[in-house]
Amino acid sequence: MDFNIKTMAEYAAEGKAPEVLFWVGCAGSFDDRAKKITKAFCKILNKIGVEFAVLGQEESCTGDPAKRAGNEFVFQMMALTNIEVLNAYEVKKIVTACPHCFNTLKNEYPSLGGHFDVVHHTQFLKTLMEEGRLKIEGGAFRGKKITFHDPCYLGRANDEYEAPRMLLEKLDAELVEMKRCKTNGLCCGAGGAQMFKEPEKGNKDINIERTEEALSFEPKVIATGCPFCNTMMTDGVKHFNKNEEVAVKDIVELLAEAEDL
Amino acid sequence: MQYIDNIIFLILLVAGFGLFAKSLQKIYRNIKLGREINRSDRKPERWETMATVAMGQSKMGKRPVAGILHLFVYVGFVIINIELVEIIVDGIFGTHRFLASILGDTFYNFFTATLEILALLVIIGVVIFFIRRNFYGVKRLNMKELFGWPKNDANWILIIEFALMVAFFSMNASESVLQARNTEGFHHIGSFPISEMLFVPFLNIFSFDSGFLVFIERGAWWFHFVGILFFMNYLYYSKHLHILLAFPSTWFANLDKKGKFNNLDSVTKEIKLMMDPNADPYAAPAEGAEADVPSKFGAEDIFDLNQVQLLNAYSCTECGRCTSVCPANITGKKLSPRLILMKTRDRLEEVGRNIDKNGKFEDDGKKLLNDYITKEELWACTTCNACTEACPILLDPLSIIFEMRRFLVMEQSAAPQELNLMMTNVENNAAPWQYNQADRLNWANEN
Repeated sequence: MDFNIKTMAEYAAEGKAPEVLFWVGCAGSFDDRAKKITKAFCKILNKIGVEFAVLGQEESCTGDPAKRAGNEFVFQMMALTNIEVLNAYEVKKIVTACPHCFNTLKNEYPSLGGHFDVVHHTQFLKTLMEEGRLKIEGGAFRGKKITFHDPCYLGRANDEYEAPRMLLEKLDAELVEMKRCKTNGLCCGAGGAQMFKEPEKGNKDINIERTEEALSFEPKVIATGCPFCNTMMTDGVKHFNKNEEVAVKDIVELLAEAEDL
Repeated sequence: MQYIDNIIFLILLVAGFGLFAKSLQKIYRNIKLGREINRSDRKPERWETMATVAMGQSKMGKRPVAGILHLFVYVGFVIINIELVEIIVDGIFGTHRFLASILGDTFYNFFTATLEILALLVIIGVVIFFIRRNFYGVKRLNMKELFGWPKNDANWILIIEFALMVAFFSMNASESVLQARNTEGFHHIGSFPISEMLFVPFLNIFSFDSGFLVFIERGAWWFHFVGILFFMNYLYYSKHLHILLAFPSTWFANLDKKGKFNNLDSVTKEIKLMMDPNADPYAAPAEGAEADVPSKFGAEDIFDLNQVQLLNAYSCTECGRCTSVCPANITGKKLSPRLILMKTRDRLEEVGRNIDKNGKFEDDGKKLLNDYITKEELWACTTCNACTEACPILLDPLSIIFEMRRFLVMEQSAAPQELNLMMTNVENNAAPWQYNQADRLNWANEN
């Protein structure tokens, strides 16, 4: 990165607090593909001058995959540790680019003592846009066909369908909706800890089914809002040998590209 | 001797309602076998949910064809059953069309005409449903998991409803002819537009004498009455229980965000104890403190599920909207959310029969897990909530899947190997992959 990413510890050392904590998540921290999403988001925040911090080495998995696999012990060990760290820094507002982290932090931490204002990165950017801080000019995508794959844990799990679409519309692209979208969206196949195991036997993999649907519109870009969806759709596009023609990108990557960041 | 009709009627009525009450009591007892769950908070919201989803059918419109047909049958069923009041009064006191005397001619005409139109809509709905189910090939209604009783049950319901409506029209049509003939005991009351248009001409072909028409009218009246009693008692054995249980199921539905899975309080206590450096793990519990560790983590059998989940199992009408949107099912995996509910009900019924027979539950060596629901089904779930979104009456098969996964993992350590690896990684490295926590910020220094 060509600018400095500050941690909560550094802010605290200066006796200051950032506007928002960026919860990077495991995929965003370690997965090579997801790291690009992380960086794109940081570039946008940096450009418009949002003071943000990350936890860095103090961040842990939220516990989502363990929870959904059925391991409440591991989940709560993670959750209670994270809550202690977050409360120690008196964190108020958290933004994350991972709907799984978003859902867990927002819905499952409160009853364990973690009360934060948690938003998904698309919601955060939408607010910034409404406040006039973020301006997008979408020359690069004018008229290009983009289809958006709803992440289950942002959409159905938390009823957010508009924020990602509003950002995509700002790109001036031609947004085509798949038949299974919004409340009817089809899972990418990674949720509920499926990301970490081989799927059960069936006729085909879920990401192939979903990518097939997306590709039937012949889009230039399949937009995602979740690092796991991104991986699954990327694999799907490769399966159909379409990776030259169709890009799978997170919404923040598209925004960063539009801004030439 | 002239009271014999009324006495037979009364006996049937008492027996019919009595048996029905007994069935309901059994259902109530079986549901009570589950764990208690507090779902009586946020009452205004619950009443509203029930009013819009169960009474208002707000989620049925998502599939417009089935939605509108269902509305016909639903509205028809509810309103036509107001007539049951009339049947009961007439039956007990030997009156004829008693409501006419309290509603007045105009309003009674309006009432009977409305019932006629609704009954026609019910017939249309039922016939199209029958065709859709048996000849048209709606995939979710023709899946292998419905073969046998579920499919026959569905057809029986449609046939019974059809027969009831035909009886209703036969009764009205013969009544109408008898009234026109000024037959004794039949004066001009009620208005029967549909009967007169569609059924009276049919009766006229045969030019029956009045005696035979009275026989048809009375026969249809009795058939209608006995049919309703039979139908009511059939409910217990049928997926059609949803006409009653959809109401409590929507009232007790989960009102939280779908992504919010419950946290186990007993685990929280353990972990807080672990994290507290001053805690003495060997300390005896304080005097009078309740041991609140549950006997089990997660669910292995119906006793470990909560009462709302068991109520859900009884409420499921096996429409399969959940299964038709389940990503695992769509891609040919064994999981079917509908089947999760059906199997839960099957097991619950089995336990109920066991209790009927033995007075209390005697271990039968079976469990919901493995004997009914397999691990393979459970592990195929992506927890995407498509099933819960699709359910027209807010049932939650996902919560059952989730509780059973909990049992597999926390009681049996029986997760797939790759998941064990993931969980170990989360526990040791604070990430699902085997990376070092110290490397979490490496991306910040990469280009």
